[in-house]
Amino acid sequence: MAGSKEIRNKIKSVQSTRKITKAMEMVAASKMKKAQDRMRASRPYMEKVFNIVMHIAKANTEYRHPFLVRREKVRRVGAIVVTTDKGLCGGLNTNVLRTVLQSHKDWQARGIETDYVAIGNKGLGFLQRMGGNVVASAVQLGDRPRLDRLVGPVKTLIDEYVAGNLDEVHVFYTTFINTMKQEPRQGRIVPIPHQFRTATGEMRKADIGDGTWDYIYEPDARDLLDGMMRRYLEGAVFQMVNENMASEQSARMVAMKAASDNAGKIISELQLIYNKSRQAAITKELSEIVGGAAAV
Amino acid sequence: MANTIHVDVVSVEEQIYAGEAEFVVLPGVDGELGIYPRHTPLFTQIKPGAVRIKPPGNVPDEFVFVQGGFLEIQPNKVTVLADTAIRANDLDEAMVLEAKRRAEEAMTNKDAAGGIAAAQAELAAALAQLEAIRKFRHRAG
Repeated sequence: MAGSKEIRNKIKSVQSTRKITKAMEMVAASKMKKAQDRMRASRPYMEKVFNIVMHIAKANTEYRHPFLVRREKVRRVGAIVVTTDKGLCGGLNTNVLRTVLQSHKDWQARGIETDYVAIGNKGLGFLQRMGGNVVASAVQLGDRPRLDRLVGPVKTLIDEYVAGNLDEVHVFYTTFINTMKQEPRQGRIVPIPHQFRTATGEMRKADIGDGTWDYIYEPDARDLLDGMMRRYLEGAVFQMVNENMASEQSARMVAMKAASDNAGKIISELQLIYNKSRQAAITKELSEIVGGAAAV
Repeated sequence: MANTIHVDVVSVEEQIYAGEAEFVVLPGVDGELGIYPRHTPLFTQIKPGAVRIKPPGNVPDEFVFVQGGFLEIQPNKVTVLADTAIRANDLDEAMVLEAKRRAEEAMTNKDAAGGIAAAQAELAAALAQLEAIRKFRHRAG
């Protein structure tokens, strides 16, 4: 019975791997529900925030907030890269980081320098290997993203932008479409774009006319717009992290389900080989015994 | 089409109210704002208090509590970005019942309270007060 012990060991090892992937699948499934609820709950808020900032961008405001002023020449951009902290979630991070790499090359070709902010371990590692200039990072965010963890890193870029050292701020993240599908997205968040893409993928423009009107401000335009823009930025980044989190758990659940299914397939194949070799051994022994008896 | 304005009240946690209204009252930082359709664009902050929304038709007003936030008004749209908003129905039921009872008492006793408008104002005030109490208790507990 040559090799049967090896086959048995192999089966055992695959079985224990399946146990692990199965457990991870179930953990991800339970986390996924909460992450999706959180993400869905804050989507309407962000859509309204986007609408308002686009209205503000259309208005002929008495105080031009720096976020509203587009700069002629772009020399240096900031990029916020949102990835997961842990792996084993399919192609999720690879897909986002591919778009990062693409843009990085594109910017380099145009002579634009880039400052990166990494949110999530995977992105941080990638950017460091890529040789990107990482100015701030937020990692180990846990299952429930907290805004106060994100404010610091994002503020570093914004301060640079207001100081005039950065001319644009871009974001890279994964948006959640459904449990089976997550899409990498990229876009500019500062200066305020003229249109933005909703979670469902449609492009939305401001629904009002250009520049011949202004708001009545109570009490003060400067304070209000500063406050609103801060809220816009924090909200946008927070929503991206939420989307990424929901995508992560969904992608992990799907990846682990596939892994468990594959493990099951391998086990049954190995079982078949094992049974065949055992049967062959028995047949061989029998024929030897019969042959021996006949010889006597 | 009736003369209405679209009202959205959203917080980070959820969409609290979305619908048409004939009239909206909001607690602005510089005082109460009463908004009718086709209002001029306005941008302001709001302070903790009750938002009163009067839907079209003969239906009771909706109350939403906000703990501050931003308010944008366009001629056909009111958007409230609330820090945290609680639908009036979600408040401690006993307290709401108590407030309702008091307001209803005032409404039936019109002469003493000075008409329905006053009674409604009192209802709003009572609810806002309850909210304040609840917040206070939260902090103490």
